Order: sequence, then structure tokens, then C-alpha cells
Amino acid sequence: MRPFTYERVSSPAEAAAAAARHPGARFVAGGTNLLDLMKLEIETPAHLIDVNGLALDKIEATDEGGLRIGALVRNTDLAADERVRRDYGVLARALVAGASGQLRNMATTAGNLLQRTRCPYFYDTNQPCNKREPGSGCGAIGGFSRPLAIVGVSEACIATHPSDMAVAMRVLDATVETIKPDGSKRSIPIAEFHRLPGDTPHIETMLMPGELITAVTLPKPVGGVQIYRKVRDRASFAFALVSVAAIVQRDGTGRVALGGVAHKPWRVEEAEAEMPKGAKAVTARLLADAKPTPENAFKLKLVERTLAAVLAEAKGA
Amino acid sequence: MDESEKSGVPQGDVTRRQFLIAGTAGMVLSGLPRTVYGQSSTAAHALAPVLTKVSFTVNGKNHELELDTRTTLLDALREHLKLTGTKKGCDQGQCGACTVLSGGRRINSCLTLAVMHQGDSITTIEGLGTPDKMHPMQAAFVKCDGYQCGYCTPGQICSAVAVLGEIKAGIPSHVTADLTAAPELNAAELRERMSGNICRCGAYSNIAEAITEVAGRTQ
Repeated sequence: MRPFTYERVSSPAEAAAAAARHPGARFVAGGTNLLDLMKLEIETPAHLIDVNGLALDKIEATDEGGLRIGALVRNTDLAADERVRRDYGVLARALVAGASGQLRNMATTAGNLLQRTRCPYFYDTNQPCNKREPGSGCGAIGGFSRPLAIVGVSEACIATHPSDMAVAMRVLDATVETIKPDGSKRSIPIAEFHRLPGDTPHIETMLMPGELITAVTLPKPVGGVQIYRKVRDRASFAFALVSVAAIVQRDGTGRVALGGVAHKPWRVEEAEAEMPKGAKAVTARLLADAKPTPENAFKLKLVERTLAAVLAEAKGA
Repeated sequence: MDESEKSGVPQGDVTRRQFLIAGTAGMVLSGLPRTVYGQSSTAAHALAPVLTKVSFTVNGKNHELELDTRTTLLDALREHLKLTGTKKGCDQGQCGACTVLSGGRRINSCLTLAVMHQGDSITTIEGLGTPDKMHPMQAAFVKCDGYQCGYCTPGQICSAVAVLGEIKAGIPSHVTADLTAAPELNAAELRERMSGNICRCGAYSNIAEAITEVAGRTQ
């Protein structure tokens, strides 16, 4: 790990000011992903800003009937919140499908959104990776690509976003609230928050340098049967090959988002019009522009079958 | 490993740990020094190591330390406080051997910096019980033979103690059938909740038995 200077801050304004003073600094909260990447020298910040002292660990009701989740709310606490379990079941399910108990106790809501890919070529510093080292090429294309993306991919990158939580946030139409280094605030719809790789796979979100997430807001509950189904190589503690977050209403209409298939949580609103027709029709629209590799083409069928299982479960609920 | 092999079987009152330290020192002298401080030769910003003060409580005792900012909580416990019960397995949050309790919650001590724990209260396996006065979970692991080589055991026990607390607190898991009801204390729940602790010897069934026994007693 490269040496770095370290400071603790106690308010979002202080955090913003610290970020402005130290270009290239990173915020650290749970640290579960950042520390791992720093050990491998994939992340090499010269300065760390510890934001754990910010009072952003509350889950509060909003005037609109939704919830404002503080950036520092730990994954365990978010999954355990009574309102989340009752009204946003897909979110609670996605959270407990991810990582281990120890990691969920550390990982935060904001940090989870900012997780970096687990593509093996990103993690192996001996391999080319446009995300880790822009312009160096992509070892995954033509390499071991079984766990990687099938849709929204580019010539530069076929990495997936690893988060389960973010997939549920996408299907719930969450909004990300931030503060910039100049102290100004903005709200970013989750649909726009994560980017597709294009020819700049190292730029993963809409955040500007030094911009800090302060909260994630959920709109008022939409009811329905809420399901998160994750398909992985092990029964527990593994990243998704494919995951489906779905909210299905009594009349068969609803929403669906996918994990494990793209550089961001994958949702195509137009595909949801096909939901009453079943999984095949929805999948055809969701993955219309898919460009799988020979190694991961199985995910096309796996998405359809996982969605079929989800819709059957919703019908029986 | 050449040097340690050459030094042969230690004589006299040398503990296994002292022997291993001596062996490691030999290895460093025999030359791997390029990344000895974790700095690659191509470092763009060759910042010198930065020392910072931090104080926290471990097993009820307050400690003030001056550490390289890069020191993980795990390394602070093992290398600076000499509490070697907590083990370093994978050092990347996958195996759970480094599990300790921070403020009563289980965490991977390898994926958190020591300086991030200013004022925190840490409990390690040494703080749960002693050989003369074992924690019920430690006693149950002994009784049920919940280990073979023992390397993952401190992490398993710290994790298991926390798991029972999490179920009692109503925290759901991936296998909890009804999100709005209190989670049940059954084998499926225990196995899912313990999935962040790997046992390479495969003592899982005995580990599950030990936890079940303690759970039955405390319910």
C-alpha cells in the first residue's frame, strides 16, 4: 500500500472543503472495497478523508412519504429497518443477498453504490485494463469473460457493476443526494448516476472529483410483490452471475432491473410494458442490444429463466 | 522459505511464534526487499510513511498507539498489541479469520484501518474468555470439536457470538422467509449467517453444532 495522509471530518461542509484542499483524495467510510484496492495499489490516494464522523447515519421519513437514507447507514441497519422490510422488501432482500454479515456491518449505503467492479482483469495489475489504466487495453475481451457483462458493453470494457443494493435502488427509482467541493448540493436520479463504459470505463459515475454522497432518497412505497433473486456460483457470499429485482403488481404490471449483466444496474422502462406477457417478451426487450461473449452468452437464457421464476413466485404470492 | 528450512528445528524454549518470526526475518535478509514498504518502484508520488496517533479500547484496556496510517486494525492488534489470537487469513475480507467485534458488531479487521477506530471498543478472542474461564461459545467449540487445525477458530467464535446477537436483534438474512417476522434460529439461518467464515478443514457441521448448542442455552 502506498503511504497516505489521513484526516477525520465532522460535517459535509468540512468534507467538501477537505476534498477541495486535496485533489485526488478519497473519502473512506466502510473501507471494505477501498482498502482492498489500496493494498493491491489499484487505488493509490495520497490523502484519505474519513467521513465516519459525519452524522449521516439516520433513516428518516420524507415529506413526500418516502425515506431519506443517510450515506453512512450500514447495509445491516438498512436491511433491518422496519420500514425498509415492510415497504421496500426488494431493497432489504438485495442487501442481505450481498457480501457477508461482517462486511454488511461495515459497508455503507453510499459506499455500496461506489463499489468498483470485481472483473478479474481489473484486480490483476499484471493484466491490461482500461478501467484501471486507461488506454492499456482490455484483457477480458477474448479472455475469461464468464462472469462479465453482456449488455451496454464497449470495445474498451465489459466489466459489471457488482452491487446488489444498487439494482434494488434502480427498480425503486431512488435519488442520490450530494454535496460538491464548492459546497453546492444536487440530486441525481439513480438511472443517471452510474455510467456505461464507452471509451472512458475509468469514469464510473456522474460524481465530480471531490463530490460527496450525503443521502439516498426513496420515493413513497409502490406496494406490489417485491422480489430480489440472485443466481451465483455459491449459495452464499458470492457476486451475482445474474440477479433480478422486480416489483410485480396484482394485475401483472410492474418493474424489473437486472444485476450482473452490465456496467450499471440494467433497467429498460419500455420493456416493462411486456410484463403481463411474461419473461420471454420482457427479456427480449431488456437485452435487445446484448453483445455477449461466447463464454457468457449463457446469461441471456439465465436472465429469462430467472425472470420467469420471479414472475411465477410473484403470481403465487 | 530457504532460510527457515536451513535453520532447522529450534532448540530450547522457543515458541512456535518466535520460531516463525525468526524464520521470516531470515527471509527478508535473504532478499525480497523491493516491495518491503509496500511501495512499488514506479511510485508516482513517493510519499514517506505517515505516522498518526490513535487510541481505542481492546478487551476493556485502553491503548494509545502511534501507527503508520496504512496499518489495518488487524495488524495493530497482532503486530503492535501482540494479540495474536486474531488471525490473518486472506487479508481481503473473504475468509473471516480476522473477525473481531467493534462496538459489539462483528467486522473484518483486515479491511479497516486502525486510525478509523479512534475511541472504539474492540473485543478479540482473547477478550471473550480465557483458558480458565471460557466464553460459552469457546467451551461449545471445544466440546463439539468445532475445528481441526484451529486457524479459523477465533474468527468463527467471534462471528458466532455476534450471529446470535443479530438474530436476537431481528436482523434478517438471505434465508429469512418472512421479512416482517422475527428471524428464526435454525440450521439454515446459522449456516447462511456464518458464510463469511471459511474453514478449510471443513469442520462446518461441528461448528454449526456448537453454535446451536449455545443458542439453545441462551434462548
